[in-house]
Amino acid sequence: MLNRKFIPILVTIGLFAVMLAAGSFRYTGFFSLQVVFNLLIDNAFLLVVAVGMTFVIVSGGIDLSVGSMIALTTMISASLIQEHGMPPIVVIPIVLVIGCAFGWAMGAIIHYFKVQPFIVTLAGMFLARGLCYIISLNTITIDNSTYTTIAQTKIKLPGGSFLSINVIIALIVVVLAIFVAHYTRFGRNVYALGGSEQSALLMGLPVARTKIGVYVVSGFCSSLAGVIYTFYMLSGYGLHAVGVELDAIASVVIGGTLLTGGVGYIAGSFFGVMIYGVIQTIISFQGTLSSWWTKIVIGLLLFVFILLQRVLSARRSSVKM
Amino acid sequence: MIDRQPILQMNGIYKSFPGVRALKGVDFRLFAGEVHALMGENGAGKSTLIKTLTGVYSVDEGKVMLDGKEIRPHSPQDAQGVGISTVYQEVNLCPNLTVAENIYIGREPRRFGIIQWKEMNKNASVLLSERLSLHIDVSLPLQSYSVAIQQLIAIARALSISAKVLILDEPTSSLDRNEVQQLFTIMRKLKNEGLAILFVTHFLDQVYEISDRITILRNGEFVGESLAADLPRIELVSRMIGKELNLLEEMPKSQAEEQADTDDIWIEASNLGRTGAIEPFNLAIRRGEVVGLAGLLGSGRTEIARLFFGADRADQGKLKLAKSGEAIRSPRDAISQGIGFCPENRKIEGIIDDLSVRENIILALQATRGWFRTINRKRQDEIAEQYIGTLNINPPNPEHLVKNLSGGNQQKVILARWLLTQPELLILDEPTRGIDVGAKAEIQKLVMSLSQQGMSVLFISSELEEVLRVSGKIAVLRDRRLVKEIEGQDISPHHVMQAIAGG
Repeated sequence: MLNRKFIPILVTIGLFAVMLAAGSFRYTGFFSLQVVFNLLIDNAFLLVVAVGMTFVIVSGGIDLSVGSMIALTTMISASLIQEHGMPPIVVIPIVLVIGCAFGWAMGAIIHYFKVQPFIVTLAGMFLARGLCYIISLNTITIDNSTYTTIAQTKIKLPGGSFLSINVIIALIVVVLAIFVAHYTRFGRNVYALGGSEQSALLMGLPVARTKIGVYVVSGFCSSLAGVIYTFYMLSGYGLHAVGVELDAIASVVIGGTLLTGGVGYIAGSFFGVMIYGVIQTIISFQGTLSSWWTKIVIGLLLFVFILLQRVLSARRSSVKM
Repeated sequence: MIDRQPILQMNGIYKSFPGVRALKGVDFRLFAGEVHALMGENGAGKSTLIKTLTGVYSVDEGKVMLDGKEIRPHSPQDAQGVGISTVYQEVNLCPNLTVAENIYIGREPRRFGIIQWKEMNKNASVLLSERLSLHIDVSLPLQSYSVAIQQLIAIARALSISAKVLILDEPTSSLDRNEVQQLFTIMRKLKNEGLAILFVTHFLDQVYEISDRITILRNGEFVGESLAADLPRIELVSRMIGKELNLLEEMPKSQAEEQADTDDIWIEASNLGRTGAIEPFNLAIRRGEVVGLAGLLGSGRTEIARLFFGADRADQGKLKLAKSGEAIRSPRDAISQGIGFCPENRKIEGIIDDLSVRENIILALQATRGWFRTINRKRQDEIAEQYIGTLNINPPNPEHLVKNLSGGNQQKVILARWLLTQPELLILDEPTRGIDVGAKAEIQKLVMSLSQQGMSVLFISSELEEVLRVSGKIAVLRDRRLVKEIEGQDISPHHVMQAIAGG
């Protein structure tokens, strides 16, 4: 028998397949491996952020600071490289540590002061975005050779298609995250925390460490996404990645993760991001539609998915009786 | 047997909270291979004693010895570490995780830090089937099983942490008869395997069915310990409340006949039903009549109550006031027609913790008046004083925050709230759940005197005796169907039981 808990994720995968098929049918040139790969290339940073966001949402929290964190990372990277002449091998670890520290601080406030994650990460969002402008009001373009090489490297695959280094990083993050979520104590504790914090506490699980850990993971993922974004844009700018936190949350929810916590899969978020990408691609192939149609479709999809989850969980509780 | 050493011994335990001395020199001992019931009314100190054992509170004075060694647990984990595990009434597990995970989380079998799911599932299956005779799929999420099974899984978790002492705190409150029997079978098995079980419950029948030994507490003091076989029920009850329990016996037995005399139907449900909740039923309530709903847990008692109050929408049939013919479609309609509803779960649906007794009492009256016609403070104080007096709410302070009241007194506050609106029909869903014997009798008595004053009452309780005692008519429910109405002289335990059991 099909396990009920897999239904949302199967719907997500099915939807992705249908959209891909519809696009291929409708537009010539759509049906190619490269189109799929481009989805990955253009959304590698979103994929990484969505992975971190999945952990946070499964734990029962939310992280609104990720978009600003990407911008701050691009800004710090650009500034250190261009204005202070530091080598990328030093800069990248620095920004990743900053991301983790930022996440840790928010997690600690959320846990120890018992403040809602929404408001703490909202503060984090303003803070990180604001800090960008302390570094510079304008775009800092990066012309460091390492960065440009990474940005332009195409990993050729048989059949003439290619991937970027960003995609490889993102895919490694996805695989690692699936492993962490399902085969480590930390991962299982995150699910337990999302299921019932009170129970997790009484079962003797390290609630404080897990809760703060989740925001560290999200901070790390968003700064890594910032690094990827820097490779992708080759610049640092305070207006980079505006609203990405909401894109990430939408992808995670479309991927079948419950906002109430406790239920969700990294793989679901992967397909959530891919659906996002497909919609963008279809709209650009269409050519006559404005890019805002992406938002409209995502909005409608979100409604559908939230209702779907509602229906499924209502069924589940009636089965229980 | 007599000269065995107890596995757990608590001597002269004192514990105070600001303003309250919760435990005053309590002794307690627990032998291996024994089920020991801890009895006492609300406020007797049962839960405080258990919390000092499980490390939630630390003791002010006194000694706790486990296996001859003194222990001082500082947290539930500490207590678990030395072999004391607790299973609470509300299952403290994670509904979204699998059964196996719930048993082993935090202690999963790992190889190089990688969780071994196969091994964990196998261990869980073996544990559940060998020790609890429970053969279920451990890879399904916990929420796919009933509360009864979830509780057994919680016990399995406690056992797998190699418990010597198992504390079961009100484990049967939300179980039906069969589930209780299933739990008891397992308790007997574990007991025979040498586990010491501390059992807390409000149900006297269950105490006598399962316990070997009983300890009684009253007002934080140790009253006595004896073998269950040597302690008659009436003596247990009188030692619990510290006086002869005559309240119940004094109840007017002719109640049922008096009620049956009137033929003045106040509200009538005809063919009323809601898919998935309750099958269509007919039920009329007369003026001044107490209608009891009897049936097992999940038989549809609460569902009927909610339909009568308009809290759930019926998808067929009609609910009409006999006199005016007006229909009830929402709680708003119900309130304006004079129906009051005390819901089952007072914590969630009834009481507002952070308001005072006075404010909680005033709420429904204020709601019926609309928000613009306020009730002045002087009038509020008068009302609060009056109901605190008539319902005997303790402490008698209208400005006391409701969350600091005991369960029985909270229940009285909700009752006061609805009585104040002078309803013609009062729906009481489990008004006596989780409150002590004395308060129960008071509430039963109140229900009867209200009906004598002409108020109709729809009374729901899982305690059959109680329903029998107060009702003039009993509607028996089975499997979400109203199967029988029993009235007047025909009301007897035998009749009702027969109808509940069916066949």
